[in-house]
Amino acid sequence: MESNLSCVSSMGMGSLSKAIRGYFTSVFSVYKVQRNDRELHLYDLHIVHSSSYRVPVLYFRGYNCEFIFPKDSYGLFLLVDGQPLALDDIKKDLPYHSSKILKDSRWTFMTQEEHPYLNRPWYALHPCGTSDWMKLLFDNEASVTENEEIVQQYLLSWLSVVGQVVGLRTPLEVFSKNTQCHVLF
Amino acid sequence: MGVGTEAQKYVWEGAIPLQIHLHESEITTLPSPPPALILAPRIGYLPLLVPLIKPYFSSTLPPGSDTVWFDYKGLPLKWYIPTGVLFDLLCIGPERPWNLTSDPVWILQVHFRGYPGDLLSPCEGEESVKWSFINSLKEAAYIINGNCKNVMNMSQPDQLELWRSFSNGNMEGNLRISSKLKLGAVGEESATKVISHHHQQSSSETDFAGPGRTGRIPVRLYIRSIEEDVDDLEDVPHIDSWDRISYLNRPVEMHKDEGKIFTLSDAIKTLLPECFEDEPSIDEEMSRIELEDGAKSPESTLSNKDPENLGSARGTEPSEIKLIRIQGIEPKWDIPFSWVVSNLMNPEYYLHICVCIRVAQDPDKIW
Repeated sequence: MESNLSCVSSMGMGSLSKAIRGYFTSVFSVYKVQRNDRELHLYDLHIVHSSSYRVPVLYFRGYNCEFIFPKDSYGLFLLVDGQPLALDDIKKDLPYHSSKILKDSRWTFMTQEEHPYLNRPWYALHPCGTSDWMKLLFDNEASVTENEEIVQQYLLSWLSVVGQVVGLRTPLEVFSKNTQCHVLF
Repeated sequence: MGVGTEAQKYVWEGAIPLQIHLHESEITTLPSPPPALILAPRIGYLPLLVPLIKPYFSSTLPPGSDTVWFDYKGLPLKWYIPTGVLFDLLCIGPERPWNLTSDPVWILQVHFRGYPGDLLSPCEGEESVKWSFINSLKEAAYIINGNCKNVMNMSQPDQLELWRSFSNGNMEGNLRISSKLKLGAVGEESATKVISHHHQQSSSETDFAGPGRTGRIPVRLYIRSIEEDVDDLEDVPHIDSWDRISYLNRPVEMHKDEGKIFTLSDAIKTLLPECFEDEPSIDEEMSRIELEDGAKSPESTLSNKDPENLGSARGTEPSEIKLIRIQGIEPKWDIPFSWVVSNLMNPEYYLHICVCIRVAQDPDKIW
């Protein structure tokens, strides 16, 4: 099973404190999980700020796709029906340890959530523990002032953990200072 | 904590009379089955009613497995929104049962097939509803306390009893369990708790940082926009898509101002500041609280307080907000927000507020 992140299209801007209190959304496009020669699962990943938990939350939604020409190198594919993948299908794409957690915590690990902006059913990694484990990675939020770099570092630290849950390998380019930043509301 | 206030009893007893028809595409027998008449608890959820509804229609359903969903005039209903909130939001004017002289019911359609998976999160019956409820409770606990340890650490029997008492409409049983979660400190009470923090050992669950800290209140705001030229709520068009409703799941930050009571109007203002930007015109017609007969009106309790402290200094209602509805009632806008929260919140500790806003431009363009 091959999975990679094709591109990171945007990151949140603004100070960490503003980001914590305000809203930012980042969009990852085209996260592909190849099932076999013919089939592909396509995922949209969004990072949305939760004003309840005051942390970023990973939202994701998957779709069934098929390669138009299975044996060729172009890798062109089409959506099969546009219907979102059910949790049972998504489970097959998760790294082993995550699918085990999913089995044990069926209702509290990956929850079905309505996307806060798109008004459609998505899935989310439940954020109730995020603040606790982020404290281990990211030192002393309180000392942070309005600093764009700090926001990026916070998000990257967060992503490095959360990404592993879904089997995402964050490409090194994301850590480059020249990463283009956009804000999506 | 006691066994609930008078207002809370009314909230728990509140119900919407439903007339539920099976969608015509799923009727396989003649004559068509008559509709199911169900009294749905306001604080409950539609999927929990399925065991009561199914017997009416099971003999006429096409073969296959059930995936139940409801619609109101073609709009699929979100099963994770409490029934009373759906009703308050979608039935603004003339369809509200007690406005009609005959057949005072809310007419819905039920489907057992063809679940609209692109619009609605999947629902596997009671389990889905229960976990949606628990996750909301966790979120509310996190907002109030800064962590959801109290909910996560609930014993299995407690968790079971919390859910059982809720689904059975047993207010006393439910409040007894949820009071153990120590989420009751809202508004004025939290100020007292904060002060007493310095004088005695406080429990580890109420993690107040000190007198400077403000309270965060779990609120879910449902906003419906209507066009400027619609003066009468009787004339609002029916909602045909959830894209026409804005949903804000955002806590209200309550600030403690000496001598000033934080009102419902203040709370809405923190969530929708753009509605208060213009200099509001003074609207003489204030809505009244409609409680059942015999209930003590909160106005009489307020009348004992110093009138200078009543209401905000800002005083007037903004011209844009046409309606604020909570648990089916339209409270006065200068009512203390802490009273609203303590008495009108749902059992998962969220206060659901339906708001109708008049906008100048096309209501499709919502912020």
